[in-house]
Amino acid sequence: MIKQNINMLSNEHTSTRNRSQLGEIWRRLKKNKLAMVSMCFILLLGLMVIFANVISPYPYDKIDLSNALQMPSLAHLMGTDDFGRDIFSRILFGGRISLLVAFCTVLVSIVISAVLGAAAGYFGGWFDSVVMRIVDVFMAIPGMLLAISIAAALGTGIVNTALAITICNIPGLTRIVRSSVLLLRDQEYIEAAVSFGGSDKHIIRRHILPNTLAPLIVQASLKFGDAILSIAGLSFIGLGIEPPTPEWGSILSNGRELIRSFWPIVTFPGLMIALTMLAFNLFGDGLRDAMDPRLKQ
Amino acid sequence: MTRYVIKRLLLMIPILVGAIVIVFTINYFSSGSPAMAILGTSATPENIAKVEHEWGLDRPYLVQLGEYLYHVFTKLDLGTSYSLKRPVTELIGERIGITVLLGLLGVAVAVVIGIPLGIVSATRQYSIFDYVSTTFAVILAAIPSFWLALMLMLLFAVQLQWVPVSGLDTWKNWILPVASVGAFPVAMITRMTRSSMLEVVHQDYIRTARAKGLGSGVVIFRHALRNGMIPVTASIGLMTGLAMTGTIIVETIFNIPGLGTLMNASINKYDYTLTQGIVLVCAAIICGTNFITDLVYALIDPRIRAQYSSGKRPPRCRRQESADPATVKCTTSPDMLANPSARNSTTEEQDND
Repeated sequence: MIKQNINMLSNEHTSTRNRSQLGEIWRRLKKNKLAMVSMCFILLLGLMVIFANVISPYPYDKIDLSNALQMPSLAHLMGTDDFGRDIFSRILFGGRISLLVAFCTVLVSIVISAVLGAAAGYFGGWFDSVVMRIVDVFMAIPGMLLAISIAAALGTGIVNTALAITICNIPGLTRIVRSSVLLLRDQEYIEAAVSFGGSDKHIIRRHILPNTLAPLIVQASLKFGDAILSIAGLSFIGLGIEPPTPEWGSILSNGRELIRSFWPIVTFPGLMIALTMLAFNLFGDGLRDAMDPRLKQ
Repeated sequence: MTRYVIKRLLLMIPILVGAIVIVFTINYFSSGSPAMAILGTSATPENIAKVEHEWGLDRPYLVQLGEYLYHVFTKLDLGTSYSLKRPVTELIGERIGITVLLGLLGVAVAVVIGIPLGIVSATRQYSIFDYVSTTFAVILAAIPSFWLALMLMLLFAVQLQWVPVSGLDTWKNWILPVASVGAFPVAMITRMTRSSMLEVVHQDYIRTARAKGLGSGVVIFRHALRNGMIPVTASIGLMTGLAMTGTIIVETIFNIPGLGTLMNASINKYDYTLTQGIVLVCAAIICGTNFITDLVYALIDPRIRAQYSSGKRPPRCRRQESADPATVKCTTSPDMLANPSARNSTTEEQDND
């Protein structure tokens, strides 16, 4: 009975503390206007691409040569391309691909890096050396060039693009997780967990990983922006997502030849990439400051 | 110092070998066959098999990799381009000058603009100037170089017609490509300089210098700048790497005959030896810049020099360990510089290593 009460009390205590900790982060984040505006932009963009088929005024692939190269108007918010396709609709559907691919790459690379980095940092020794030397080598090759070589070798397509960017993300993220784990490993509560006989698996899962979550969430936000840029960059040079599938980089690349005569086709897709990048960068920075106010400068 | 230089040079070898193995492996297991590049339209299964045999492409992976490594390290030979039938080193040699010059000019512009902006922002924290320059840096960091290139082209070459659209005939042709390549490094160097100077100007010795009655110019330039510039110097090396990557895409937009356009052509023709050669040369350039950065780093930071110049190492303390440029080089990557959070974890790691 007493044991039950203690359990109940400790559960209550943990949940209150968790709630207040999250509440504290949210309270600090709310104060950061730029981060809040960015968050609203990201949410709005997310909703717009999810409901692209409801919102978009035309199908993204509807060719209408009689309406080619129309300037922005009420009928076509961002004008039409050389095939008469509505640029706004193409950007909405393109955003769906960009955000989906970015989400998958960030998720997969974070999971893999968390496991690799946590194991390398916690166990140390030869495993750490091997993992970190491989990371060093990967990081000697510039990220975009590595992505280009992988995408060139794998071929174009959504899955291959995602794979190329995921592989490029893993080394940097692994290093970040490992560095947080190295800091945690020497903490007293880990020592306490070890002395209570906790297994390595238990300690990593229950103590190490939850505590590395904060830097990981911040990285996820920042990597999201980077991933969108990489997808657009690869598609721009013809290696990412192939036309006719709309994607911001490939719309931009297709419009390149029309730059002398028709500005909307190169302006709007790039603007969307830049705004999305900006939103994720600002939100990531705000989240970092909210999670660890000591880092704020 | 010699010991330090030798140590850094030796550290480069495994990194370069690793980079070769990775890039070679990626290309070896690629979906397309280089025989297609050689044969073009006359590719039939029999012809492909014949050509693959002629070029030695049907040999086992390890044999081909060993041969490639042997040729690279003994003869500096990166193989022969399948599509152009010429040595890769020769093709790269013809074009590398333009790419390196473009990258260096981009970084030079970034240094000239970014460092003063960062210094003024830090010394006048929270002033209007600080807000404007920080906003400018945040926006520049979010703009993709290829879109910036197109927008600059649209405004200055197409609309205003101040500069030519493409080519490299006059000095005016260089303005837009250099601006596009330099934009991201400007943003990064401004942010780095600002945060690093802010850390320094709040230190006790700066307060002491001010208390002694020194003018703010002397305090900033003689005292703060020397320490504040150490991390920025390290970032300039990494910026060069980023600028090289930016150059690869920007070149194709302005039709500049550098490594970027060569790489684009090689990708379209499945010419893996050429693609692989270009990526490796870029990796080598980046390793080289990191090496030079570390040397400069050691020259301007007496703590590092002290570790290697005297016969006996000074007693190791956490601070000195964290200042080891070998660690700094390995733990700081361009994308980490892109966001201070990564930088913070990097610093943490250095303290822990």
